[in-house]
Amino acid sequence: MSTLWKEFSKGLWNELPPFRLVLGLCPTLAVTKTANNGLGMGLAVIFVLTLSNMLISMVRKIIPAKVRIACFIVIAASLVVAVELLMQAYAYPLYQQLGIFVPLIVVNCIILGRAEAFASRNPVLPSIADGLGMGVGYTASLTFLGALRELFGYGTVFGAPVMWGSFKPFSFMIEAPGAFVCLGVLLAGMNFFSAWQARRKGGPDAVPAVSDCGSCGMCDMARKRG
Amino acid sequence: MTEYFLLIISAIFVNNILLAQYLGNCPFLGCSRNIGTAAGMGAAVVFVVVMASGFTWAIQRYVLVPFSLDYLQTIVFILVIAALVQFVEMFLKKAAPPLYKSLGIFLPLITTNCAVLGIAIICQRKDYGIVKTLVFSFASALGFMLALLLMAAIRERFELSRLPQSMKGAPAGLVMAGLMSLAFFAFKGMIS
Repeated sequence: MSTLWKEFSKGLWNELPPFRLVLGLCPTLAVTKTANNGLGMGLAVIFVLTLSNMLISMVRKIIPAKVRIACFIVIAASLVVAVELLMQAYAYPLYQQLGIFVPLIVVNCIILGRAEAFASRNPVLPSIADGLGMGVGYTASLTFLGALRELFGYGTVFGAPVMWGSFKPFSFMIEAPGAFVCLGVLLAGMNFFSAWQARRKGGPDAVPAVSDCGSCGMCDMARKRG
Repeated sequence: MTEYFLLIISAIFVNNILLAQYLGNCPFLGCSRNIGTAAGMGAAVVFVVVMASGFTWAIQRYVLVPFSLDYLQTIVFILVIAALVQFVEMFLKKAAPPLYKSLGIFLPLITTNCAVLGIAIICQRKDYGIVKTLVFSFASALGFMLALLLMAAIRERFELSRLPQSMKGAPAGLVMAGLMSLAFFAFKGMIS
């Protein structure tokens, strides 16, 4: 039980996908104009990630190493098609808001990265815990970023007005440049916070907590194959 | 003619695939350490994007729609792209070893570059014909390459400057992308 909790909880803070591992940036930037969109995208990712981790972990001993990437992609793509159909049926406005980023969940590095780094090496239950934890962490990050941008860009959170009456919306935040700058500053804040924590504990200067690329594992896969 | 010209300008500058549509951020941050790598990655993307859009257009038109299988679009497209990348890799290895040496390592990464699948899907959703699809995908990929090269050029100089410790790496890259995106924002409204 405690190992399951460990696998689940690492996705919530220590390996928080978009902020620490810097994974899955495209949807993180694109769909976080509002908190609602961020939450919806996050839920779709939780669904795909948990189930793909489960399925991949189930078949991990059957798949030959050489074609494993293709197998992972097929599994992820089937789940994404399922999500697309479900969203079209039950959440059509959200589906339209998220646009091409729903089918693009297939190429979100989180799905393949977790499949390669975790699910293909671990039993089913820990893999589910890992997928669920990473998914919840991703959802929380997206919702947070979405709420922040919505707060300054529209003066609302989840559509409810929260700013004072004379507040002028700062439309930079909801456009593309705002997304990049906002995420960059948040990552820097993450680094700063970790360094401060490490210094307070009296340890040596921490390495930057935000990893710089490479954590999606794509480069490793490419090297192994080549 | 004007139509195609406008399509190209809009795909490269106004709706830049990276800076306005947020596609392909992973290689944008990962492969912009030096100009050589960025150029290699950019060239590989241009090559694969154009081929992938052409192929997926044909498959959508002649296989998926006639058999009313269009709900399988995502899964079929990603498989086509993966197979295509593998095929291009094998072909280059045999036919053009020098080119393979310079582009080879980037090819497997491109399967999961969301710009490739993204451009193929955008072409379908906008209902482009084959010529428009090819022109649009080529121009979008050029826009990607342009942004990547600019970023690499800035980043090479950035290595020497003194940054706060916590801004180093990805945060500085993202803020810089934001400023570039702001610059590209000036093209908005140029073409209505």
